[in-house]
Amino acid sequence: MSEVTPNMYRYDEFDAEFVAERTAQFSEQVKRRLSGDLTEDQFKPLRLMNGLYLQLHAYMLRVAVPYGTLSSRQMRMLAHIARKYDRGYGHFTTRQNIQYNWPKLVDVPAILADLASVEMHAIQTSGNCIRNVTADHFAGAAADEIEDPRPLAEIVRQWSSLHPEFVFLPRKFKIAVSGAPNDRAALAYHDMAVEIVKNAEGLTGYKVFVGGGMGRTPYIAQVISDFVEKHDILAFMEAVLRVYNQQGRRDNIYKARIKILTNALGIEEMRRQVEREFVEIKTRGALQVPQEELDRITAYFAAPTFEALTDEMPDAGPDFANWVKSNVSQHRAPGYAIATITLKTPGQVPGDASADQMDTIADLMDRFSLGEVRVSHEQNLVLPHVRKRDLPAIYAKLKELDFASANAGLITDIIACPGLDYCDLANARSIPIAQRIAKKFEDLERQQAIGELKIKISGCINACGHHHAGHIGILGVDKKGVEFYQLLLGGSGAQDASIGEIMGPGFGEDEIADAVERVVEVYLAQRKPDERFLDTYRRIGMAPFKDAAFQKEAA
Amino acid sequence: MTKLIKSGAYAQDAYAPVDDDAALPDGAIIVSLARFQKDREALLTRNTPLGIRLQSHETPETLGEDVHHFALVALEFPKFRDGRAFSWARMLRTRLDFTGEIRAVGDFLYDQVNYQHRVGFDAWEVPDNFTIEMFNRALSEMSSVYQPSADGKKTIRELRAGR
Repeated sequence: MSEVTPNMYRYDEFDAEFVAERTAQFSEQVKRRLSGDLTEDQFKPLRLMNGLYLQLHAYMLRVAVPYGTLSSRQMRMLAHIARKYDRGYGHFTTRQNIQYNWPKLVDVPAILADLASVEMHAIQTSGNCIRNVTADHFAGAAADEIEDPRPLAEIVRQWSSLHPEFVFLPRKFKIAVSGAPNDRAALAYHDMAVEIVKNAEGLTGYKVFVGGGMGRTPYIAQVISDFVEKHDILAFMEAVLRVYNQQGRRDNIYKARIKILTNALGIEEMRRQVEREFVEIKTRGALQVPQEELDRITAYFAAPTFEALTDEMPDAGPDFANWVKSNVSQHRAPGYAIATITLKTPGQVPGDASADQMDTIADLMDRFSLGEVRVSHEQNLVLPHVRKRDLPAIYAKLKELDFASANAGLITDIIACPGLDYCDLANARSIPIAQRIAKKFEDLERQQAIGELKIKISGCINACGHHHAGHIGILGVDKKGVEFYQLLLGGSGAQDASIGEIMGPGFGEDEIADAVERVVEVYLAQRKPDERFLDTYRRIGMAPFKDAAFQKEAA
Repeated sequence: MTKLIKSGAYAQDAYAPVDDDAALPDGAIIVSLARFQKDREALLTRNTPLGIRLQSHETPETLGEDVHHFALVALEFPKFRDGRAFSWARMLRTRLDFTGEIRAVGDFLYDQVNYQHRVGFDAWEVPDNFTIEMFNRALSEMSSVYQPSADGKKTIRELRAGR
């Protein structure tokens, strides 16, 4: 199978040199740490800025997948790294990245060199800096899109890479971009987010949000500007970052995110301060994004030449039809489709893929999806440009891989953080809870009867599993040395964003899956025709769900 | 002990730091913001170079037009993780058009010197074991940059356009 080069950003000599030098710089820092020249305390912010965490059992390396877009060549390299330096697998994350849980510190420079050979890196995937930029995983393929958000994401990636003013921020800073009215990028939960919009004059520009976030104090982002012109976007972002860098709290790690500052100042005052910086930066002009540069970067992401196809869906049996129903989304071109590969086969670790699975997916990318795949924030992979007539062949291959679950958006398509199995911040395990719930609801007919229901599980208050944004959220807590799980209902990370409400005291490890089941039963009994779980909850409120969830304990 | 690096070489520190309650000596001095605010008139009428040392929570904007009376602004890093001074230096250079010396003092790492240089620092108070060779290496690890800053360095975008 020959390798297909997709339409995506390609490094020029400057980008290549930048990553090579950054790799050499970090390798030197590793050397200084290994020789004892740097203390762990001094090394920590340096390694974090390059995606290297010290976990419970080992180092963890988080590799950036800018805006979730990967070529087959890159996917094969990710498989190679998993095989050579790790235990044969990698974990796709809620920030569209991939992390390796078992690299050795001495191997990290070699891993980074391998990544650089396929135009990848781990720059700013952690630390108190501007993190890897995320985007709608259907970008460039979705039928509802105003404009592909990835050219902007790439411009932001470059601007934010080793930005000298903003590498020691009060706390991490996450930026997401979307080009469609249906929000698939969880904009509302980002420190700063950009939605591509058209204004009254028909001009395309950017609506900017700030101050969203999860963690122990969740906030929905607020609009800080209804319309920023395209060439001004970096000046505007720099203005936001400068206000944050000056005034964000540094005395308390839990109050250091821009969401806390935004809410302390109030959005009006925040806007006033940002506007002041913005006007000045804009006037100086150095940060303007010239049209030529925008055009140059946009050209890399040009829509592929789609064949003229008729728009019918092939018939390949009931299992295939079920998979199409949940995992295949509408593409902008007739005869094409977007196929979601859920890394959520019940019983598996959400988001994990083995090196062999990655290699096979790379082959699928070349054969069927113009060499391209996307990582979604729901820890799934997406083949963005697939001919409908090829879907049966793809489905057959996914079956062999054990990645053919017809569960995208359904109750077993669970987001879970690594939890106490890996993470030294966690209070409780997430993965076994996800596995139990997925097993309980494994029957596909039952899943389909329940319909769209997003379960998101975090093993601690830091909310890497996005529990605040789950239709059903689960938060692991430690109660006198025992793992406990609180339920939250009514969260959403989509365009109808909301923060889930905590139900009350938690459930034990052996009770939580049953409690979820009782909550789902209430929904099934109370729902109106075509009403999603989230909408039923919004209509009838917490009480009936809470009564049912705790019934067993009360009896 | 510390040394001063300026213009890529060790330099003699011409300034004497003055405690808030000490008498003002002759010659070049560095005072705190509190001292400056207390003795502003007397300090501004001296004919010797005047420096001010700002703590990381003190914005140079507080100085207003007075900033141009200073020959030196020392920006403090209380901990290397506190990155506020990166913004203060940048604002001094590009908003307040300050052309005097901006000196990095306090707890910062070798790995931050290049960022400091980019946002407008041009003097560093470094530990004794920090060599000029290290300093030069710190500034040369990354050849090109993606974003404009106070160093006026051509960005990768500009290099592309001029190619």
